[in-house]
Amino acid sequence: MSWFQRKAKGINTPTELKREAPDGLWHQCSECKQVMHTREHKNNAYTCLHCNYHDKIGSEAYFKILFDEGEYQELDSEMRSADPLEFVDTKAYPERIVTTEKKSGLKDAVRTAHGNMHGKKITISCMDFGFIGGSMGSVVGEKIARGMDHALKTKTPFLMISKSGGARMMEAGYSLMQMAKTSAKIAQLDEAKVPYISLMTDPTTGGVTASFAMLGDFNISEPGALIGFAGPRIIKETIGKDLPKGFQTAEFVQDHGFLDFIVDRKDLKDKLASLLNMIKK
Amino acid sequence: MRTLLEFEKPIAELEAKLEDMKKLASENNVDVSSAVRNLTNSIEELRKETFTNLTRWQRVQLSRHPDRPYSLDYIQMMCEEFHEIHGDRNVGDDPAIVGGFGNIDGQTVMIIGQQKGRKTKERQYRNFGMPNPEGYRKALRLMHMAEKFDIPVVTLIDTPGAFPGLEAEERGQGEAIARNIKEMMTLKVPVICVVIGEGASGGALGIGIGDRVLMMENSWYSVISPENCSTILWRSWDFKEQAADALKLTAEDMKGFGLVDGIIPEPRGGAHLDFEKAGETLKKTILSEIKTLAKQKPSDRIDARIDKFCSMGVVVE
Repeated sequence: MSWFQRKAKGINTPTELKREAPDGLWHQCSECKQVMHTREHKNNAYTCLHCNYHDKIGSEAYFKILFDEGEYQELDSEMRSADPLEFVDTKAYPERIVTTEKKSGLKDAVRTAHGNMHGKKITISCMDFGFIGGSMGSVVGEKIARGMDHALKTKTPFLMISKSGGARMMEAGYSLMQMAKTSAKIAQLDEAKVPYISLMTDPTTGGVTASFAMLGDFNISEPGALIGFAGPRIIKETIGKDLPKGFQTAEFVQDHGFLDFIVDRKDLKDKLASLLNMIKK
Repeated sequence: MRTLLEFEKPIAELEAKLEDMKKLASENNVDVSSAVRNLTNSIEELRKETFTNLTRWQRVQLSRHPDRPYSLDYIQMMCEEFHEIHGDRNVGDDPAIVGGFGNIDGQTVMIIGQQKGRKTKERQYRNFGMPNPEGYRKALRLMHMAEKFDIPVVTLIDTPGAFPGLEAEERGQGEAIARNIKEMMTLKVPVICVVIGEGASGGALGIGIGDRVLMMENSWYSVISPENCSTILWRSWDFKEQAADALKLTAEDMKGFGLVDGIIPEPRGGAHLDFEKAGETLKKTILSEIKTLAKQKPSDRIDARIDKFCSMGVVVE
């Protein structure tokens, strides 16, 4: 018998939590585990200096990266979800919204803003995965549609940054019809010859892929992003086989002809500005 | 051999009893007319009671009834002639979507429909009505052809979803659906879409943009099937009935929300009990809608179509 006995269970941190270093001076890449200065990582558009891994970031970070001096005017910033179906699963939908608002500090899964990019006007809608998986309900559809309206009115390019698990179940039929609404707006952008760039980031799936995300004049992505219609788990269950390595990555989607190019986030602003400059009238 | 859903069984039992009674009476030459009348009345009562109080889940079950008419059944019932056209002129032909020129009472239409199979082999051949990208691309090709010849488009929606397969992803399932949604918005000819059975999510919407979007009385249309919704939100398959209620996916619900334009009534007990009547109602509806829509200028029709879809959604500001 030992002299001492541990009363509480030993410290047992699961490996995946260990790499979550506190916000501070150092950033550890979640892919290659190398350590770099937090400021360096941020200045590199939140991508790893060693392995080029693209960290998942939200709308605020994208706006700061893309708009000159990080300055922008937000549109429809107060728009929030209603509960037209009075949807209840294990939790009531409005409760879910409130919890998510508190946790994320966001009003819904997309934000729209306009400002300058290398001195040229642009409107950007950017999704936030932190809000119910970046799911698309009425607010997401409406804010994107109005963002496109702004681009139509000002005859300036529109950039959509997608990051979503797909349509939001809690608004059921309404969510589905947001696919139609956004696609209708894109038809109007076509007609008005307004450039539309669709940037698909990790992950872009479901009803978002099957509507506005795949309808860009330019469909582009960041390295390694997961892009697909059905999620990998569902496909695996359907075919009863393991999926090939690299399946549904941006590189895979480009190889199959559905992406125009893949661009490193740190080069995104320069590349888009240059491209838009070429096609402007 | 008829397939019976749980709530159809009590009615079927009474019907069998009635048949027995009639048979017995004719064999023994007895007058049972008053008993027959009573029983017929109670059958009618029971049917009325059952089918005016259907739960949402029961509607879903009816929409999937194995005896329910499928796209090709309706095409056969409505058209004097039908020329099926295959292939997307790119990869192949998808048997889960059929399409071609048909003739309804002298009116030529382009009919495109998702097709399920009835027997095991045919079910597999039709991939259970789950289209691949080439199905959606074939549909779009046919719609553009209809546009060229100024012929109205009719789509019949009946799918448990676009196929979630490996090759479907490789060939751009998302892109195919997205493109159809966008291009259907600006088709110059009248477009009428009818959900005849299951309207599951993007797979349905991929042929579902029209000047009129209608639902048969016992069909459903939503962003996800009740089973999948149950699996994701309740983490179990067992809550499909609650999920169906939560999704509010019936024709009545969707019409109430203004997300579809109308409901096409079915014979009492469901379209599978009277193909002819169901086909006749559908045919009349399509013809009258075409007549109305044909009066509009193409550009007005397109504007109205786009405005309709753009007004869908409820937000708080």
